[in-house]
Amino acid sequence: MIRVWRVAVFLAALAPLLWWSWHVAMAAAGPEPGRYLLLNLGQGGLILLLLTLSLTPLTRLTRWKGFSVIRRQLGLWTCSYGVLHLSCYLLFILGLDWSALGADLSRRPYIIVGALALIILITLAITSNRFAMKRLGRRWKSLHRFVYVALALVLLHFLWIVRADLTQWSGYALAGGALMLLRLPPAARALSRLGRRISTPRKGSGHLES
Amino acid sequence: MLIHLRDRSAARENEVTPETIYRSRRQFMAGVAALGLAAGVPRSVWASSEYPNVTSADAPAWFDDRVADTHWQAITPENPELDKVAPFRDATHYNNFYEFGSDKSDPAEHAGQLVTEPWSIKVDGEAGKPGQYSVPELLSSDRLEERIYRLRCVEAWSMVIPWLGVPLADVIKRLEPTGNAKYVRFETLERPAQMPGQRSRFGLIDWPYQEGLRLDEAMNPLAFLAVGMYGRVLPNQNGAPIRLVVPWKYGFKSIKSIVRISLVEDQPETSWHQLAPNEYGFYANVNPSVDHPRWSQATERRLPNSLFHPNVIDTRMFNGYGEQVAYLYRDMDLGKYY
Repeated sequence: MIRVWRVAVFLAALAPLLWWSWHVAMAAAGPEPGRYLLLNLGQGGLILLLLTLSLTPLTRLTRWKGFSVIRRQLGLWTCSYGVLHLSCYLLFILGLDWSALGADLSRRPYIIVGALALIILITLAITSNRFAMKRLGRRWKSLHRFVYVALALVLLHFLWIVRADLTQWSGYALAGGALMLLRLPPAARALSRLGRRISTPRKGSGHLES
Repeated sequence: MLIHLRDRSAARENEVTPETIYRSRRQFMAGVAALGLAAGVPRSVWASSEYPNVTSADAPAWFDDRVADTHWQAITPENPELDKVAPFRDATHYNNFYEFGSDKSDPAEHAGQLVTEPWSIKVDGEAGKPGQYSVPELLSSDRLEERIYRLRCVEAWSMVIPWLGVPLADVIKRLEPTGNAKYVRFETLERPAQMPGQRSRFGLIDWPYQEGLRLDEAMNPLAFLAVGMYGRVLPNQNGAPIRLVVPWKYGFKSIKSIVRISLVEDQPETSWHQLAPNEYGFYANVNPSVDHPRWSQATERRLPNSLFHPNVIDTRMFNGYGEQVAYLYRDMDLGKYY
């Protein structure tokens, strides 16, 4: 069952890539297919990051193991989307002009912030294996808390690209803010209590009798 | 010389239209006539046959009357190979018109709701002939011209688009600016019921959208008021029924769906400048040496492009129209007045 669940999540995360590639191949991605991929990968990466971060609160609430089982996989997918997003920027926006990359990295805050976020995500991806966990011991957990720094940087990166309408960004920021709040110890404890109550309703409680 | 500016009286249509296009139009007309349909076909339809895959549309009667007498290809790019006209679909389905949403696909998706007939343009300020004008009244009896201009967006993409319209200078002259008029201010329609972008709660633009030009910029022969593109009437998402085209400036200066033209004494506030003055200046001349704070303006992506040909080309000063417009800015520091 858990295995089917893992494969299903793998296919669901892969599907958008195939869908966008199909659009590009069919010339249905508009006059600027590189930018189409760039934006979709960036947005897709943010959604995956939010989904990854929602798994722990979801586990606490539902007490279903399935959510924690796919956490590493979704984290790796997030990083992959980020790396592909970077590749699109280098290939299709800069046209592999490395001096332009140097200028962007030294002058443009949103590029710097995006690069920092990606460095964090790559570091976390590299240390997402048993060997690294063993080597790092207790420090592994504090290192992987940096995922919240990455989320904040990604949201800032996105905010600096918005030209005149914050509707979409506000939605992501709200979700990101809520997920961060749910990780605060009091909120996390409350979530676990609520989860216990939902999954093991006490005998004789009001709603069962009425 | 990158473009040809011809006196309107100097050229006849068969001299400026490439022979192949000229012939194909004749063939098309002959075909239509042979089928006995000529009388029933609006003239704007055969005009658009020069460009492939142009969707026809119901144009107002005045437009159909005027388009038949168009001075085709009055201005064309010197290098048609480099400055290839963008496909009609790209020019109409990939654009910015924040009144209809901030995604590139939003204008094409939502602009159909906009009612453009009747349309009235208010002229006020330092004008000898203020009042309410309909579009044909504003254009008077000027012969329409087709002008193929490069359009450079501030977001670093560009397209080449064939517009139909009249020089802005002719219209302004008829409005008789007084001696106090130093600037021209333009305003776009504000109609939230038909413009979903104006209903957005998180939108940052203070509607209505406004733009402006210095009077001498507006009188430059390249400044253009368009009522059509690709040989047909303007689609709503491209600024129907009447829009400005200022090819040596970033695209956002070319205000769409104009409802008000004011001749004014002081430099008008413009929407993007109001929103982010460090990013968007009043002049907004295409200038590869002045970066947008968030991206370089040294290069642009000429559209359509593909994954294998990102088509990144060097941006030219004044979008390549320097010979015609550089004199306007002779004594100005364009790094400061960006």
